Amino acid sequence: MKIDSIKNGFVIDHITAGNAMKIYNLLGLGNLDCRVALITNVPSNKMGKKDIIKIDDDIVIDTDILGFVDPNATVNIIKDEVIVDKKKLELPEKLTNVIKCKNPRCITSVEQELPQIFNLTDKEKQVYRCLYCETKANNA
Amino acid sequence: MRSLIDILDLNTDEISQLIDKANDIIANPAKYSEKCRGKKLATLFFEPSTRTRLSFEAAMYELGGNVLGFSAAQNSSAAKGESVADTAKTTSCYADIIAMRHPKEGAPLVAAMNATVPVINAGDGGHNHPTQTLTDLLTIYREKGRLDNLTVGFCGDLKFGRTVHSLISALSRYENIKFVLISPEELKLPSYVKEVLKKNNLEYVQTTDLDSVMPELDILYMTRVQRERFFNEEDYLRLKDSYILYPERLVNAKADISILHPLPRVNEISVAIDDDPRACYFKQVLNGKFIRMALILKLLEVE
Ligand SMILES: [Zn+2]
Repeated sequence: MKIDSIKNGFVIDHITAGNAMKIYNLLGLGNLDCRVALITNVPSNKMGKKDIIKIDDDIVIDTDILGFVDPNATVNIIKDEVIVDKKKLELPEKLTNVIKCKNPRCITSVEQELPQIFNLTDKEKQVYRCLYCETKANNA
Repeated sequence: MRSLIDILDLNTDEISQLIDKANDIIANPAKYSEKCRGKKLATLFFEPSTRTRLSFEAAMYELGGNVLGFSAAQNSSAAKGESVADTAKTTSCYADIIAMRHPKEGAPLVAAMNATVPVINAGDGGHNHPTQTLTDLLTIYREKGRLDNLTVGFCGDLKFGRTVHSLISALSRYENIKFVLISPEELKLPSYVKEVLKKNNLEYVQTTDLDSVMPELDILYMTRVQRERFFNEEDYLRLKDSYILYPERLVNAKADISILHPLPRVNEISVAIDDDPRACYFKQVLNGKFIRMALILKLLEVE
């Protein structure tokens, strides 16, 4: 399987197999005009199987969303067909409008215009809690 | 400008200052009777809670201030679909400080993020109720003269009792507090609150038997065991008596144990105990007004 190499853009590598579509949707890659390649179940020495996303444009990627969905993924930045930088992802301290609070007693359940904000309250266990009601997000 | 949404918004120094201020108000009420002259407290109660609202309103009146507001959502603009954010913005135009009670968790935080005056959370669903916790802390301090080196028993519904959870997290910050958690299996303290205790290396024991731990307790904090918390009627009937306080059960208690209850009670403390000098729950109500006075002064930055 051959995908043309990119001129200027990104390769999101080491995505946990099965996560590519989720990332594609959350990053809104479907709205781009440029070429986007989504490759799933690529054999990997380290991971067994992995997904890869290639984006052939110099867009702004929300690394918070990416770090939240798949903190083990890596972002390679491509300039003139060469990798010029590799970014390690981190769990973001704060997530705005990425996930929704599922607590039916939360104020966000009745006031839909409120931004959905979650804070990282336990880095080790990757626990996010709703800013308003402190309910744990099930991001597993 | 500061608000009080969660008891942990206050550090232990600030809690000490509030307790000192409340004690001074109790000792010298006349000194404070004009402190808030010309100031207005808005009580925005989106669900009825007569006791809490009266406590806030009495507190403001005793500081010489005035009160405006509403006491149920159907009387308010929320019934017309106004957002909490807009209510907070408009109320800020009329009032100097807001006390908000709301059935939805996090509503007072939304208000605080949008108001231009301080907001006090007067209870948001099953989530926070920081002025109740301040009331409990003032009561413990007035009865015991300290907030450290205490064995504190919590009895009854420890699973859903928000007053219990927030008093535990508030007391977790003091030295040498031992927690005794007394409840039926079905109503044990949730694991996320126990995490707080473990994280802070705090000593706690869990038991279903009130009588066996009674002699150790400096404080006994009683809560309601509600019928609707049980899956079936038999369990409720079988268990409810184990968590009701009768005079006979106090025989083995310390002579100076303090019995607290956030009220309202149903039947979990026998009225026969009301006249016992160790019963503090009605004093607690009075303390609630004084600590709210101290809090209003602090948030309005009135010396
Ligand atoms: Zn929430």
